[in-house]
Amino acid sequence: MRLGERAGLQESKPLRDIFGDALLEVVENNPKVVVLDGDLGNSTKTELTRKAFPERSFNIGIAESNLVCIGAGMAGAGLIPWITSFSSFLLCNGYDQIRLSVAISNLNAKILGSHGGITLGKDGPTQMGIEDLALVGGLPTVVILVPSDPVTMHKAVKAATDYVGPVWLRSSRIAMPYIYPQDQEFIIGKAITTREGNDLTIIANGMMVASALDAAVALQEDGIQARVIDLHTLRPIDRDAITKAAKETGAIVTAEEHLLHGGMGSNVARVVSETCPVPMRFVGLADTYVESGDPDDLLEKYHLTSADIEAKAREVLTAKRETA
Amino acid sequence: MEKDETTKLPLEELTEIAKNLRLDILKATTKAGSGHLSSSYSSVELLTALYFNGILRYRPDEPQWPERDRFIMSKGHAAPLLYAVLAKAGYFPREELWRLREANSPVQGHPILGKMPGVEATTGSLGQGISLGIGHILGGRITGKKYRVYVLIGDGECQAGQIWESAMAASHFNTHELMVILDYNKFQEMGPVSREMGLEPLVDKWQSFGWQTVEVDGHDIEAVTQKIHSLQEIKDKPTILIAHTIKGKGVSFVEQDYTWHGRAIKDPEQYKAAEKEILCG
Repeated sequence: MRLGERAGLQESKPLRDIFGDALLEVVENNPKVVVLDGDLGNSTKTELTRKAFPERSFNIGIAESNLVCIGAGMAGAGLIPWITSFSSFLLCNGYDQIRLSVAISNLNAKILGSHGGITLGKDGPTQMGIEDLALVGGLPTVVILVPSDPVTMHKAVKAATDYVGPVWLRSSRIAMPYIYPQDQEFIIGKAITTREGNDLTIIANGMMVASALDAAVALQEDGIQARVIDLHTLRPIDRDAITKAAKETGAIVTAEEHLLHGGMGSNVARVVSETCPVPMRFVGLADTYVESGDPDDLLEKYHLTSADIEAKAREVLTAKRETA
Repeated sequence: MEKDETTKLPLEELTEIAKNLRLDILKATTKAGSGHLSSSYSSVELLTALYFNGILRYRPDEPQWPERDRFIMSKGHAAPLLYAVLAKAGYFPREELWRLREANSPVQGHPILGKMPGVEATTGSLGQGISLGIGHILGGRITGKKYRVYVLIGDGECQAGQIWESAMAASHFNTHELMVILDYNKFQEMGPVSREMGLEPLVDKWQSFGWQTVEVDGHDIEAVTQKIHSLQEIKDKPTILIAHTIKGKGVSFVEQDYTWHGRAIKDPEQYKAAEKEILCG
C-alpha cells in the first residue's frame, strides 16, 4: 500500500520537486535571494532557478566548505542565500563552516539539506541523511524545518526566506502525499495537530506524518483515537503542543525517518519528561546504517512503516493502562 | 567631491601606531593571561598599512556602511591585533581591549561576528576567510555596491583544503576585487612550517591557481602599501600579497622561540623587557 493511501491522502510529486518550484517562486518575488549549488542542482531541483535566474545562481562545484562560506559571505553582503546540496555532504564536509560562518555568526542564511532520510533508496548509505537533524541540532542558533507534504514544503521555503536568521530545511527525494489544504497555516515553531484524538498522540515529522495518519486509521478500526501532531519545526520545539498532548492523551509515540539517537523523538522526550511524564515509544532508525534498496523494502526492513507505528501505539497504550 | 573614506597618515605616525599596537597587544594578552601575541606581531605593519595608510575605506561611526571595504581576519588567532587596530581606528574605546577574553565581554578570544563593530567574520577555525570574501564580492556585484575585500591568512592556514577550494573559485569568478594578504612568518604552532608541513613552492601554487602574486617585506609599511596599490590595478585575476614576516616581530626573545605561539607574556621581568624593546623600536 502506498504512503498515505489508507488515510485517503492524494498523491503528489517528489518533495524535492516541490522545493524546486517554491524556490523559484521566492527568487522571483525577492531580488535579494540568491541560490548556491554544490553541483547537484538537477537532484536538489535548484536547476529551475538556474534556468530562470542565472545571474543569481552559482554553482560552487564539489566543494561544500567553500560553498557554505561563499553563501555566508553573500549574507554578509546583505543578500539572502539559499545554500543547497545533499544534507550528508553539506553537514559532513561543511559542518565547521556552517558552525562558524553561519551559526555562531547568526547570519541570515538558508540551507537546504536534500535527500534526508533513507527513502532516496538505491544510491545507498553514503548519500542518505540519517543523522542530519542530530548534526544540525548541534548548531544552537539554527531553526530546523522538516516539512511533511507539498503544501507545508512550499510554505516552509517562503517562511524560511522571510525569517531573519539561519534556517535548515530538510528535503527528500520521496513523493509525500498531500496532507493539507492549500490554505493550511504554516508558522515556524508551531506544530500542526493534523488529526484529533485523545487515546494517544503520534508525533511525527517528514514522511512519517503520512505514515502516522495511515496508522491512525488502522487504530481507529479498533476504536482507538490517535491524535497526530506534525512537528514540522524541530527547533524551536513547540513545547506547548507536546505538553498538551501528553496531558490530554497520556501516551506518546514519535515517528521519524532519522536515527533515534539525537533525533526528534529524543527532543520530544526531553520536553515530556520535564512537563508531563507519560509512557513513550519511538519509531526511527536504531543504531545502524542502511543499505541500497527500493525505498519500500528499506522502510519495511528498518521498521519505519505505518504498521511499525501502529505496533508501537498498541505497546504504549498497554503501558499507559499499566501505569494508570 | 566624494569624501575619501580612507585614512592616510605620514610614515612617522604609522611607525608610532605600529609601536602602540604592539604595546596594546602586549598589555591586553598579559592581562588576559593568554592570547596569540606572536601571531599578532607578525601582522602589525600589514594592518597598519591597510587601515592607516590610505588603503581601506571604512566609517567607524557607521560600521555597517554597505559600501565599506571589508577586512576579514581569516587567521582568527590574531584577534588581539584586530581589536587593537579597530580601537585605534575609532570603532570602540581603547579601554575595551583590557577586557580581552573576559566573561561578559564582547572582546572574544577569537573574532565573533556581531560582538564588536568592525569585525567582519567569525574566525578561529582556519581556512574560511577567502571563501567569505568571495561571497562578499559576488554579493556586491548583485547589490551594485562597489567595494574591495582584503583577507589576511596565515601560512599554516594554507595547509587547509578550503584555502585551495577558495583559490580555485576566486579565479573562476575572477574576483579581482579580492586581495589576499599572506602573513608568511614561517612558523606554525608546532614548529617551522617547512618542517611540519611544507608549503613551497608557494608562489607557484598560487600562480597555478590563476592568481597574481607579489612578494614583499611585511614589516615595511611603505613597501606593503605600494605593492597593494599596484595589485589593485590588476583586473583579470585575484591577487595575493605574500608578505615575508617575522613571528613575534618586535620582541627578540619571542622572535627566537616559536613556542610563544599561543602564549602571553606573564613574567613581570619579561613584560618589562618586551615593553622596553618595543618602545626603543
